Amino acid sequence: MLEMLQTVWSEIPEILQIVLKIVVIVVPIMLSVAYLTLAERKVIGYIQVRIGPNRVGPLGLLQPIADGLKLVLKEIIIPTNANRFLFLLGPIVALAPVLAAWAVIPFDSNLVLANIDAGLLYILAMTSLGVYGIIIAGWASNSKYAFLGALRSAAQVVSYEIAMGFALVGVLIAAGSLNLREIVLAQQGSVMHWFWLPLLPLFLVYFISGVAETNRAPFDVAEGESEIVAGFHVEYSGIAFALFFLAEYAAMILVSVLTSVMFLGGWLSPFEGVPFLADAFAWVPGIVWLLGKTAVFLFLFLWFRATFPRYRYDQIMRLGWKIFIPITIVWLLVVGAAVLAEIGPWFD
Amino acid sequence: MSMEQIVFYAFAAILVAASVAVITVRNPVHAVLFLVLTFFTSAALWMLLEAEFLAITLVLVYVGAVMVLFLFVVMMLDINITVLREGFIRYLPVGIIVALVVVVEMTIAVGPKYFGLEHFAEPARHMADYSNTKELGRILYTVYVYPFEIAAAILLVAIVAAIALTLRRRPQTKYQNAGWQVATRRNDRVRIVKMETEKKES
Repeated sequence: MLEMLQTVWSEIPEILQIVLKIVVIVVPIMLSVAYLTLAERKVIGYIQVRIGPNRVGPLGLLQPIADGLKLVLKEIIIPTNANRFLFLLGPIVALAPVLAAWAVIPFDSNLVLANIDAGLLYILAMTSLGVYGIIIAGWASNSKYAFLGALRSAAQVVSYEIAMGFALVGVLIAAGSLNLREIVLAQQGSVMHWFWLPLLPLFLVYFISGVAETNRAPFDVAEGESEIVAGFHVEYSGIAFALFFLAEYAAMILVSVLTSVMFLGGWLSPFEGVPFLADAFAWVPGIVWLLGKTAVFLFLFLWFRATFPRYRYDQIMRLGWKIFIPITIVWLLVVGAAVLAEIGPWFD
Repeated sequence: MSMEQIVFYAFAAILVAASVAVITVRNPVHAVLFLVLTFFTSAALWMLLEAEFLAITLVLVYVGAVMVLFLFVVMMLDINITVLREGFIRYLPVGIIVALVVVVEMTIAVGPKYFGLEHFAEPARHMADYSNTKELGRILYTVYVYPFEIAAAILLVAIVAAIALTLRRRPQTKYQNAGWQVATRRNDRVRIVKMETEKKES
């Protein structure tokens, strides 16, 4: 059976093989996005002592499907004075880089679409492009609220990108490679060998900057319902609005996966190095561990939203420039010294 | 044509078209967006040259940061195009002469006379495991370490100078001291006064 599948697979032309691999990655992401919206409403519901959506399907499980269908069938309204082409380009530009970044994510030791050498740089470049969707949308809408949202978002993303980039420089110094697969392999050993411990400040800075970069609460000033209605996507409706939603949630999943890959050992088992448990859980495929770690971070995203009030704009800037960037610079020196001194068990 | 040539000509065509659009479109925001496209396609061309570090850094630094700020500024400007277009015809002959001189100079300097294949051997193809980033780092921190450090120092001075230019005392602005805000306790702000209930005098 398996051999037959392999021969069939090798018969397919290469370009079609790549397309099939992309489909295998993108379809589960879209499904996860759909169910992440349900999970968000459920989790926040229970945190606020409500039940959350429970009418469509058993336990409300068909709610995302119904929502999606509703958004697809709704009319797309293009404001009269909007720039038509850029107005429609905005949502596409927001979604495309987020999906493109998934190409270099290693799901298991050999399960990666493009095992490129400069993977980490590629990720940084792709995540920095996401802001264009928001800026273009905000400007093309020709609306004051949308424009304010776009400006806030641009300033915020550019500020937090620096802290994020420095945190990733720490990871690359520690792993000695830009390749994401090599970075995970450098963390082999046990839970204590993962980079969260030697790079603890960078780990926290990276994840919080990730929350800021995806414009999620408490950093959601770009959306700011209470001040600027819905920020950059006030004028959007129907599927164009849904694309922004998809982009935001796909970016959340991406940041969670990246944090697990770079600081929590990616697909490595947490029981590695533990006497009996390591053998008992050896049969579990690596992707299960990666998805589990990702789910923890996704839950944190939802938890933040239910817990923290929105930051004020000047507080966001202060946190990014005056706290995160100095922390990362200091810790870069510490990591550099530790790598030079070959301090174990991480850098020997 | 090989696949590589098709990719090269496709991206080169987009690059040229986009850079022409940068200087011809009327709307400044559109011009900046075309400049973004120009950077992006030139990054793709650098990728073909096996310079993946430079290509991705171009996207990261120019497209991801510099152009965002650029767009930020251009969007907030209220540029009156008709005023800018005044005297276009008057300056046109000078512009054409300057453009022609530059084109001629560049064809002389960068033409095949000095940069032909007989002067420079065709660069060798590298294997799949060749790491452009590693090679770049190796040469930058050994052979060119002093120029590199000097460039870094100059950039640092420039940053300090740019920040110093924006620093000015504005006594009317009310800054908040986050340290004080965090250190404030309830008792500093609220005083609870216990008071006997008063009886109405009859």
